[in-house]
Amino acid sequence: MNGVHDMGGMHGMGPVQNEKSEPVFHAPWEGRLFALRRAMGAWGKWNIDTTRHQVELVPPAEYLELSYYARQFVAFLEMLVKSNLVTRGEIESGVPAVGQPKATPALTAEKVAVLVAKGVPTSRDVKVAARFQVGQRVRARNINPVGHTRLPRYARGKFGTIERDHGVFVLPDTNAHFRGESPQHVYSVRFTARELWGEQAAPRDTVNLDMWDDYLEHA
Amino acid sequence: MDTTRRGVLKTVVTAAGAAVAHDLAQAQGQDHDHNHSHQALPSDPALRVKSLESLLVEKGLVDRAALDALIDSYEHKIGPRNGARVVARAWTDPAYKQRLLTDADAAIAELGYGGMQGEHMLVVENTPRVHNLVVCTLCSCYPWPVLGLPPVWYKSAPYRSRSVIDPRGVLREFGLELGEDVEVRVWDSTAELRYLVLPERPAGTEKLSEEALAALVTRDAMVGVAKVMARRDGEPT
Repeated sequence: MNGVHDMGGMHGMGPVQNEKSEPVFHAPWEGRLFALRRAMGAWGKWNIDTTRHQVELVPPAEYLELSYYARQFVAFLEMLVKSNLVTRGEIESGVPAVGQPKATPALTAEKVAVLVAKGVPTSRDVKVAARFQVGQRVRARNINPVGHTRLPRYARGKFGTIERDHGVFVLPDTNAHFRGESPQHVYSVRFTARELWGEQAAPRDTVNLDMWDDYLEHA
Repeated sequence: MDTTRRGVLKTVVTAAGAAVAHDLAQAQGQDHDHNHSHQALPSDPALRVKSLESLLVEKGLVDRAALDALIDSYEHKIGPRNGARVVARAWTDPAYKQRLLTDADAAIAELGYGGMQGEHMLVVENTPRVHNLVVCTLCSCYPWPVLGLPPVWYKSAPYRSRSVIDPRGVLREFGLELGEDVEVRVWDSTAELRYLVLPERPAGTEKLSEEALAALVTRDAMVGVAKVMARRDGEPT
């Protein structure tokens, strides 16, 4: 979706504020929320693309206004309700609805080390033909889906060169909406800064984006 | 018409103002129990997250010990010291450096690192002619196993919006001025590949041990917003 999250190239956001000796979490609740999101993710009711899209759905003004973790919290509540793991009533009251059997946690303390050490790989060991070869000139497609995509606006319609084939990965555009993994090749595509931003850009500078087969067309 | 528009504007401004005031109150740790019309805005995140955690524990959906273990991992075990060890090894062992640049996952795993949000790693090397800078314009993708969780600035609108269109301006704000003969390569983490910058080894460090070298390597240098200095006088990360 063409949301405010797709920030590459926007002006007016101000200088970067680099906090010295920054803590990992600025308040205990940020850490609790961080952990809750992973622990609930273990139920397998959603995937990383679904959660990213849910954050993108936070209305633009609020998205910019909220801190990173506050934004994640808003999106997390929506995910919990949409997946029927909790009801809005339960969130408001803070108490489980009566008559519900008690579940057994999907992520136990013993499983945390394995989750942290293994992660959740999104590469897929399936044979899919690559549509493009290293060194080939390509164009990023001009698509404007209302759903989730990882093709930023600033690259759409621009010409670049395939620099590397990363192999086969899950496609976020379908996966986020539970429409299948659509495994396909992902490439590192190099764009010159001048192709993206015009003559104002430094002549030697470049920007690489990782792009799925579906994002590209022959130049 | 004019009055209506002004009315709408006033509402918007008031809502935004209330939220900002609310955030300030948060930052100052003040008590407040107001409830404005923005349902999506968490009115008191600390209390609401605590209440949600209790609910999820009560329903048997989460295990508190698992939450504690997750937080402990990222507060105390996984952070930029991991990446610094990878960099120092690459500086002192040419064969390791070669493996790191060709198969980062395996090379990083040799030092015992890998996993969540670093399942697919790539290492990009800085040289006198090439400077690499990592960003995620769409969200906050960052190589957790080697750098830990990202700092606020990395996830902020200024960094995400400007790194791709004005990388040299961003670097200047971090105190790094690059010559025109240097090629700036920006890596926008749009997929599940996670990037670590291999900074240049500073001059005058030839006699330092691998451990002493690791102590020089900063988080910022491994994101690409700084160079490694022969002597650390910055922040302790």
